[in-house]
Amino acid sequence: METLHFEYQASQPVKQRAHVGVVGSGDLEVLLEPSPDQKTHVTVTTSVDGFGKTWKLVMDRFFSRYQYAASIEIHDFGATPGAVVLRLEQAVERSQS
Amino acid sequence: MSRPTLLGAQQFLTRKSFVELNARERAQALLDEGSYRELLGPFERLESPWLLMQGVVPQADDGSIVARGKIDGTDSVILAIEGQFQGGSIGEVSGAKIAAALDLALEDAKKGHPVQVVLLLETGGVRLQEANLGLEAIAEINSSLIALRQHLPVVGVIAGMVGCFGGMSISAALCSYLIMTRQARLGLNGPEVIEEQSGIEEFDSKDRQLIWGVTGGEQRHAAGFADYLVEDDVEAIKACIVEAFSRGIPATHRSQQVDHYLKLLAAIDVSHQLESSEVRELWSKGE
Repeated sequence: METLHFEYQASQPVKQRAHVGVVGSGDLEVLLEPSPDQKTHVTVTTSVDGFGKTWKLVMDRFFSRYQYAASIEIHDFGATPGAVVLRLEQAVERSQS
Repeated sequence: MSRPTLLGAQQFLTRKSFVELNARERAQALLDEGSYRELLGPFERLESPWLLMQGVVPQADDGSIVARGKIDGTDSVILAIEGQFQGGSIGEVSGAKIAAALDLALEDAKKGHPVQVVLLLETGGVRLQEANLGLEAIAEINSSLIALRQHLPVVGVIAGMVGCFGGMSISAALCSYLIMTRQARLGLNGPEVIEEQSGIEEFDSKDRQLIWGVTGGEQRHAAGFADYLVEDDVEAIKACIVEAFSRGIPATHRSQQVDHYLKLLAAIDVSHQLESSEVRELWSKGE
């Protein structure tokens, strides 16, 4: 198990908190809440060690597209980068609806 | 209580699968539109304090969902176990949430405000990482169930695909009414545990036909351990829950029929392994 932290500058406010996903095989849970500052804070707890570089690439790309000031907590149970992006998009969509 | 007919092609295409939903989605699907309200939801972050210490990723709701709302207009609480998280295992926190909700329902019932309880059981039983704390939580759940069912019926649903095993199979057996699908299994010990403890001659955990012939929903229903066998369809399961509650508290709960079941056990010929059909025949004999 590994815990990773990421931080990005953000400009847009988050309307409401959102929770998606399950900590099940190949899946992950995302808790997204409005951030107290103009930044996006991401904490990832993942069951798979040694993929910090991949997580950084996935997060960098995602938050270059979405600039919501959110505090995001991810509980990962071996999701692929594709699944991670889909869950993040789902969380963003719910938080803005 | 009748055998459901097989779905036609059109019904199969238009049904909404219950089995494919996660625990939260199941609770949302069963409660009347707009009535869903979750207690101690994921943002309360009541996680297991024990999993992280053992290098296991926790889940923010610890895998149990307490959802208030209405079923067909009647005040209800759904206690749903997330089978995808740690096999739906019961830890200190997830178990305490369920036990506390049952106790609140008991208090409400005593005050004359009945809230009907539905258990969505998708669990391998106690969470081994939390050992005695999980066992204690299950004991609390079971004693709360027995106290509550004297005031109003408790309905259990095992939809699959995890099924319901271990200590929580006792909870299933304590329910006033039990609903199963063909995709569900119910057993005290899982197939691998039986094989390991008693040998492959006793139980071959690779033999799917044997497993389903003993623990599968169809068999459990035929042998009288489940009251309803339903198709994997949200509306069918909801209708079945409503029908079960409409029957009120059973005159005697299944778990109180000790003499009846002891008599059945005594009549078994243990010189050979029983076929599923023999079990159905033996167990369907009335009191």
